[in-house]
Amino acid sequence: MNYLHLFVFGIYPYIALAVFLLGSLVRFEREQYTWRAESSQFLYRGPLRLGSNLFHIGVIGVFLGHLGGLLTPIAVWEFLGVPLTAKQLIAMGAGGVLGGMGLIGLLILLARRLGNERLAAQTALRDKILLPWLLLTLSLGLATIPESAQHLDGQTMLTFMLWAQHILTFRGDAANLVVGAPWVFRLHIFCGLTFFMLFPFTRMVHSWSGFASVTYLTRAWQLVRPR
Amino acid sequence: MKIRAQVAMVLNLDKCIGCHTCSVTCKNVWTSRDGVEYAWFNNVETKPGVGFPSEWENQDKWQGGWRRTAEGKLEPRQGSRMKILSNIFANPNLPQIDDYYEPFTYDYEHLQNAPAMKAPPTARPVSVLTGKKMDKIVGGPNWEDDLGGEFAKRSRDQLFKAVEKEMYATFENTFMMYLPRLCEHCLNPTCVASCPSGSVYKREDDGIVLVDQDKCRGWRMCISGCPYKKIYFNWESGKAEKCTFCYPRLEAGQPTVCSESCVGRIRYLGVMLYDADRIADAASVADEQDLYRSQLDVFLDPNDPTVIEEARRQGIPDSWLDAAKRSPVYRMAVEWRVAFPLHPEYRTLPMVWYIPPLSPIQKAVQSGVMGKNGILPDVSELRIPLRYLANLLTAGEEEPVRHALDRMLAMRAYMRARHVEQREAGEVLAQVGLSREQVEDMYRTMAIANYEDRFVIPSSHKEMVEDSFNEKGSCGFTFGNGCSGGVSDGTLFGKKKQGSVFFADMPKSRKKAHQ
Repeated sequence: MNYLHLFVFGIYPYIALAVFLLGSLVRFEREQYTWRAESSQFLYRGPLRLGSNLFHIGVIGVFLGHLGGLLTPIAVWEFLGVPLTAKQLIAMGAGGVLGGMGLIGLLILLARRLGNERLAAQTALRDKILLPWLLLTLSLGLATIPESAQHLDGQTMLTFMLWAQHILTFRGDAANLVVGAPWVFRLHIFCGLTFFMLFPFTRMVHSWSGFASVTYLTRAWQLVRPR
Repeated sequence: MKIRAQVAMVLNLDKCIGCHTCSVTCKNVWTSRDGVEYAWFNNVETKPGVGFPSEWENQDKWQGGWRRTAEGKLEPRQGSRMKILSNIFANPNLPQIDDYYEPFTYDYEHLQNAPAMKAPPTARPVSVLTGKKMDKIVGGPNWEDDLGGEFAKRSRDQLFKAVEKEMYATFENTFMMYLPRLCEHCLNPTCVASCPSGSVYKREDDGIVLVDQDKCRGWRMCISGCPYKKIYFNWESGKAEKCTFCYPRLEAGQPTVCSESCVGRIRYLGVMLYDADRIADAASVADEQDLYRSQLDVFLDPNDPTVIEEARRQGIPDSWLDAAKRSPVYRMAVEWRVAFPLHPEYRTLPMVWYIPPLSPIQKAVQSGVMGKNGILPDVSELRIPLRYLANLLTAGEEEPVRHALDRMLAMRAYMRARHVEQREAGEVLAQVGLSREQVEDMYRTMAIANYEDRFVIPSSHKEMVEDSFNEKGSCGFTFGNGCSGGVSDGTLFGKKKQGSVFFADMPKSRKKAHQ
């Protein structure tokens, strides 16, 4: 195991998660005025409705899939009686469909943003970094599916589940687990971790609020604030 | 009974001359910043016309306001909470900036820097969105000024509902009026109800509806929720912004800047007491034409001793109760019944009310035979069709508007008889059911309209809830995050903290010109 591998899979995850969590907290605390979705719908609608819905549903689905798939302890799957091979097929299928939706949506949104004079002029540098990075991460994620199809025994998936769980439980040997893993997976993970680094500095923070907005469903219609 | 007080406004359309002083002062104070160049918290429209933004009254198009469900409950016309959340990724009812207009500045430098040439140089319009020169400006906040534009477009005005509008296409029969518009600071606001992050709220002490700029996430549901289209999307900051009713002025007992600067003296500000427990029932009556009266029923009589006692018990300060007794808004809306809510059929229970305009008599009537309706001219002979005004103010019911116009005509006739003919025309008053004291009060309030009669505003009692020591040395009102404007300008999360001098940055389009 060379040092670069140790850094990316053993140390970088902690840097990325720290930046993600602390950065979000600091921005929420210090500059909440900048905390917003940055919707561009008002300046130009175009194919936004199709693109944005596809993208968001796809990406939120993929995110929840990763969360559940990687972090659910192995024992739970055994208890539920889901064999690893079946889980891998579910992951490939659901990930493929949702990731595909996200990719198509993102391509529509990028074409809309770059193809419209107003939006192109008003697109900030942070979006010019974030959106291509998402595209790269998403494409690499989809590229893992043909790779997975080469070995349907679920063992590669298992190593990544263990890696993620070892990272989260602060066990120092996490990087060792994925030493021989295929390149496309490792690149995808690196891009995904870097995405968390970008998160607090871009519009991505609005996703915290997006999840929080479900509280709206049980809220009274009217809000009156006392002095 | 939950008693609350609100500073409400009445606009006397009979006296509006369409000078736009209100809009310009408002613009200078509130929306001369990046991202809201296109926004006019206060604007003045010429009616008939489609208004600003284009066709704002067409709720089949925008789905603003409330809808009464089959069970008699209210929900925003744009949908249930679930539906609103499901539209969060792309709001199908959101207007585009072109429904307002593309914001522009002019290439002023060219006037100074142009080389010697035969024709004098011109300052071409430059789009604020793209920074490029525009061939042509195709819209603006007052694009139909004084009936500008062709009748075919203007007559898409929703107020022509059930009016034979073709009659008014010809020059001889045309009519017009001005409609100054601002946020209605509704009792039952749809913008508040539509906000998934709960950032839009109504202030308990004075009823002003505000957007918490820190909590707003830019989900833009309030913009489609508001049927008056008086919440604007700041496309630079990504947040919703709206008329603040100049709350820093009101808190100090001063009128809003649009009211203060109104040269026609058409605006009135006064306290209204209302029963908050009655709002839901009042807004959900079955028949749209009952909404005007049901809102009147929500208001409480500020002279009723039981109301005063209960209001005191609930903590409303005496200065507010005293102001409520002297409120010009209460007298015009409730006592004289000459002011009406704007589009009550939206079920928002608006708190900016309007006195309908009189207009010249349609047909040439010889002097002396004007008395079509008893002694007064028949208001259905006025140039502006009654139904048109009723569509604006009473969900199409003509009788209350007719009654108000009759009373205004009676006031004129009575005072004219007194000053010109030197006699007391008691018969005029009897016809419209006004006493002499009332008509004299109406005359003083509506015709003379002295400053202290128009604006009866108690200052807020902040000392009751906060320690003013904390305000010492603070940077006062800003648009952003404390003293920071909040727009990222190259630093980590936002602009550097600015001291207490700059409250709003110079617009980018101007900054460029200075470099």
